[in-house]
This record gives sequence, structure tokens and C-alpha cells, in this order.
Amino acid sequence: MFSENLTWPKDLIDLRGLSVAHLMAILDAAESFREVSEREIKKVPTLRGKLVVLFFHENSTRTRLSFEVAAKRLSADTLSLSSSGSSMAKGETLLDTAKNIEAMAPDALVIRHSAAGAASFLGQRLRCPVLNAGDGAHAHPTQARLDLFSIRRPKGRIEGLKVAIIGDIAHSRVARSNLIGLGTLGARVAVAGPPSMLVRSLSEEYGVEVYHRPEPALEGADVIIMLRIQLERQSGQLFPGAREYARVYGLSQAKLALAQPDALVLHPGPVNQGVEMTPEVYHSPQSLILDQVTNGVAVRMALLYLLVDNPERPKSLVV
Amino acid sequence: MISCLIKGGRVIDPARQLDQVADIWIDQGRIKAVEPNLSPPEAPQALDAQGLWVLPGLIDMHVHLREPGQEHKEDLQSGLTAAVAGGFTTVLAMPNTSPPLDSAPLITGLLARAQEIAGARLCLAATMTRGRQGKELSEYQDLRAAGAKAVTDDGSWVADSQVMRRILDYAQVFGLLPLSHAQDPILAAGGAIIEGRMSARLGLPGIPAQAEEIAIFRDLALVELTGQPLHICHVSTQQGVGLIRAARAKGLPVSAETAPHYLFLTEEAVGEYNSAAKMNPPLGTKADREALREALKDGTISVIATDHAPHSILDKEVEFIDAAFGITGLETSLPLALELAREIDLPIPRLVELMSRNPARLLGLPGGSLAPGGPADITIVDPELEFIYEAKKGFSKGLNTPFEGRKFRGRAVLTLVGGEIRYRWPNLTRQSQACL
Repeated sequence: MFSENLTWPKDLIDLRGLSVAHLMAILDAAESFREVSEREIKKVPTLRGKLVVLFFHENSTRTRLSFEVAAKRLSADTLSLSSSGSSMAKGETLLDTAKNIEAMAPDALVIRHSAAGAASFLGQRLRCPVLNAGDGAHAHPTQARLDLFSIRRPKGRIEGLKVAIIGDIAHSRVARSNLIGLGTLGARVAVAGPPSMLVRSLSEEYGVEVYHRPEPALEGADVIIMLRIQLERQSGQLFPGAREYARVYGLSQAKLALAQPDALVLHPGPVNQGVEMTPEVYHSPQSLILDQVTNGVAVRMALLYLLVDNPERPKSLVV
Repeated sequence: MISCLIKGGRVIDPARQLDQVADIWIDQGRIKAVEPNLSPPEAPQALDAQGLWVLPGLIDMHVHLREPGQEHKEDLQSGLTAAVAGGFTTVLAMPNTSPPLDSAPLITGLLARAQEIAGARLCLAATMTRGRQGKELSEYQDLRAAGAKAVTDDGSWVADSQVMRRILDYAQVFGLLPLSHAQDPILAAGGAIIEGRMSARLGLPGIPAQAEEIAIFRDLALVELTGQPLHICHVSTQQGVGLIRAARAKGLPVSAETAPHYLFLTEEAVGEYNSAAKMNPPLGTKADREALREALKDGTISVIATDHAPHSILDKEVEFIDAAFGITGLETSLPLALELAREIDLPIPRLVELMSRNPARLLGLPGGSLAPGGPADITIVDPELEFIYEAKKGFSKGLNTPFEGRKFRGRAVLTLVGGEIRYRWPNLTRQSQACL
């Protein structure tokens, strides 16, 4: 229905390597599924009889709920497993756990893990499709797609937009995936953050503008993506504290005024209100943060649909 | 084998500036004579080495054999057998075992066990400090008497400069060469690969090249302070090379090694989280690789050593950040070195210095040359033999190699330790067939 001429990979690990056509096809599919979410009966039979396993090896509320709602609206059965801490500590390896799950013949495995590369590691070793719901600081491709979707709806395009990404780029899988997705679709991306939260080689690797203060990134921006900082772990190490961070990097009305008058404000959530942005900005009409949550379900429905019903999917065991 | 003759090979012995077709007469495990067209009176067994290179037995001064404590990764039997299969007649095993080699009975016990294994000769490095804790010196007199040839806390840098200064001062009294794993542990903490483009792409915590630079700088400053010798292990960065070059130009008694993987691979080898390319120090950039190649040519780095670090699947088939550091090297080192020699026009005698003569001199070992009277530790190489490397068909327990499936040209086909054939390439070709 959406992707007659495109072949899809077995797994969705990150946005690297996906063409403009692939990204657009996902956004178009999400548009249709978003419509489903607005019906009175918000359910379609597309994946009836299919089993989607949600394997969350790291705490998550939003992403997990969003995947669960998405799978249920497609009439799939869902099975949710969580664990935290290193699998090695329990004497069971990640691979062994995943192989055990696979032995129950799921039609897709959604994985969230604190280690970068965990999704790709499983994707290479399991025969069922693996969807990355966030792996360490590496990638969070469904979040990036829903960000793209949330931007394209009101703006009608991605190409040519100036997008500012502000905050902790170094530890952000959301930022990495967005840098790839926005870059592929032709946005002009400017990132800003304290140097301790940027990675060296950022401009070299991703072809983006890099600033140490937020103002030049915000200047004339069409879209602003604020990233979450981990106050409990990083305060005093990567920056002096919440107060100083909020004053220098937090998005206030005054800083927002540097951007285009119709600039959109996004945040992957949960927001530290008063730190990454003031409550006024959070609740302003320019903020798309709750729209992102609604769109997240539609995007994840689209991805589950595309992967689980993927005709290219190998049916025999691939190790 | 009481007496034998290796006939007609190209004998390369830089210690005696020898590179010519000659015969080698071996008697009672020792080299009796090296001359063209030898004809010993009793006509001993003969090995036809025409078309092959006859080298002093190779010495790998940086291997991890995991015994005692981690025998599921490697043990003396598998490690010393892998060594001769790779053309090494002597290896220096690191003391980061469990328990660490910080006392004489451990050294004595391992050396005795190695006597019963028909592989390479075992030499041991003892710990620099008790328990590898970097605080108190080990008992060097005792360790030396038990047979240790060097001291190191390999895997850890001695971060306390006062302790390191005392190690340098004290170790030379007993003729023990200190080896430094030069890496600032705090700057490197938590890192998985080199800090750079790949770490930015993969979202992995990086180890900045400066972690090595800082540590080498400190180490060299202490060499200057004490005037005592130091050997820097597995140099991996252009910054490290630069510091060592300058120190040697000043006449400081410092030597350095690098490993074959740093001469071939870069951070790109990690690809899509391939843990077979995860090692410490991490793979660097192309500039690092070029600087290391240059350092071999100009003599800044005088030793190629493998840092052979076998691990089990359980250590490697896990999340990348949790995967153990290290790759195997014993069975790929010489083939890689031969490939390198062709790529950068490194004369073979120079390669022999890097892999045999220089480690022998640094450690005060009897080998490293084919001089009459010395032990008949000999590596015979077929420089044209082509093969595809498969770790499973090798001898090490470790399968953790980034060189799986690589096509090589040239390898050891016969390895003699004390005049005894300890390894013979089984897939006999024309030339190897000629060997007895």
C-alpha cells in the first residue's frame, strides 16, 4: 500500500543508509496511521495473529507505551519484558535471552538497551525483525522519525529548514539519529551545547554546524530540538549545575525570539521544566511536545507494519 | 633430533650481517656451523630448504597465555603451540593472570610446566608491583632468580610517578627490563574505542589518543630522571611515536614495540560494533597507522610484538561496551609482517631484527641470531605460500581476530626449537614437501 517499489531491510537499527524515498515512505505511512488514531475505533486488523515482543533492558515509559499502543492498534499481540542492569551480572547473556525470546517465534522484537550497538548485535544474530527502541548513545531511530514526522506535518517539508539541536549531544541517541535523518532530507542543522557535551569530530562525521553557545544555532531557526540532560548523573561533571545550565542553554522566551516567529519547539521528553526550557516555552503554542507523543504511535505503527509484513524478510534461519 | 642439516635456504641473520644461500648444521640442539655447501662427516638428516627463508627463531615479547586462572581463554599448551605455528620459538608472557605473577613460586611453576610442552620456549614477565596494584614493588631479586625476564603491570599503567621512578631505579639492579602499558587510566576510563569519528558515529565512549601520549610523556620524563631503561608496550598513536623518537634522539635508553594490527587496521575496522576489532590501546586513525609504519622504518620502534590476547566467545559475543579488549595475534603476526614488508619495502633482515634480534637483545635472551654455538631456534619461512587464515584451524583457543578469512602470502612452514621440529605446515606444497 505504501511502498510498492521499495525493499526494506530486515531490521531498523538506525537511519543510516536509508534513502530519502525510504524516509518519505515511512512518513507517508505514518500519516495514514495517524488517521487511524483519530477514529472512534482506533484499531486495524493489519497484524492480527502476530506477536510483537517488547524487550526493554533499560527504563522507559514513553517509548514502551508508544510501541505497545502501536502494536495493539495494529491488532498484534504484545509481550513485554523488562530487566535492568547488565545481563552479565545475572549470568545470562543478552544474546541468550534474545535467542530464548526468539524460540517463541515472535514476529518482531523491539529492543531498548543501555549499550550502544545492542540492537545491531541482535539484528545480526536473530532471524526475526529487530526494531531499535534506543541503544545507549547510538541511535533512537523511531524517535527521530517521529520528530521528522512532527516537523513535516506543520511545515510541509524538511528540506531547507534550519534545525537547531541544543544540549547534550554526546550522550544523546536522539540527536545522533536526528542528525542523520535531517541530513538525509536536506535540512540545515546547527547543534549547540557546552563543549563537554559535544563530541569531537561532530562536524566532520555529520556535516553540521557546531556552536558552544545556543544563540547562533537558534538564529533564524525553523525548528528547535531541545535535548534532555541527566541532572542526577551529569551535574557538577559536565556542567556546573542546573542553574547555570538553564541560564546559558535553557530555552527561554527571549532565546526563542531569536528563531523564526513560527519556529517549532520539540523535545524527546521527559522535560526538565525550568532547565532545558522554561514552563512558558513548554506550554507555548509553538511547543509540539505532546504532538510528538501522539505522532510517535503513528510512526511506530508504520514501522511495525513495514517490517513485520516485509516481503523481503528471510523466512529461514539466518545466523 | 641429534644432528641435522638445513640445506640451500636463504639464511638471513642480521646479527652477523648474513643474507645468503647457505646450509645450517645443527648438532645436539645447537647451531654448529652456517656456511654454503656444508658437508658434515657423518652425513646427518637433511632438510631441503631451497626457495625458503631460514631465520633466527622469532620472538614475541608480548603475549597473554592466561595461565593460571583463565584457562578457558588459553593455556600454556595451546598458547605455546600457537606460537610455534606462527613461527615463534620464544614468547614473553604477561603477568596479568589470576593470580598475577608476582611471586617466585608462580614463575617457577609455570616455567616447569612449559618444559613439558612441545611448543615455543616460555619466558615470563613478572608484575612490577605486588598484585599489579601499582603501589608496592614486587620482589625483583626473587623473581629474577626464579627466571623472570622483565617486569610489567601490563594492562595497567603505574600511575603513581613516585612508584614508577623507584621501579626504574630498582629493576635494572637485577637486569629486569621494565615494560610500560602507557595509558592514563583516568582519561581512558570507560572508553571502548579511540575517540574520533567512529566513536561519534557509534555513540561509544572514546579513549582519546592523548591517554597514551600523557602516559608516554610521563614515562619518558622518568627515564630521563633515572637514566634507566624502559620499554614502551604496544605504541598505537602518532603522538606516542613522536615522543619516543625525540627521546631516542636525546639518547634516552627507551625502546618501543607496536603490534601488527596497529600497522594495518584503523578505527574503521570496528564497523558495525565488531568486537573482534576491540582492543586496548584502541585502533587509531590512518595518520596513526602511517606514523607507526614510518617509525618501524626509521628505527623509532624496534620491536613488533603481538599483544596476543585470546578470549572466549563469552567474553566477546556480548554488548560491545562489555566485550573484552584484545585480539589474538600469534598465528597472524608473521604473515602480516611479511605483507607489510612488501607494502613499505622493509628489507627482510630488518624484519628479522624487529621480530627476533631486538627482542632477544632487550630481554637478554640467547636467541635472535644463527651464530654457531647458539641454540638451534630456527624459523623457516615460505615467502610465497598462499593461504586463507581461519582461526578455527589454528592452535590458539581464542577465535577473536579481525583477520578471519584474510588471504595471506608467506608464513612459517617449519619451526625448530632447540633443533627439534616443533611445527610443520601440514598442507604440503612443492617446497614444504621437500622438507623432511
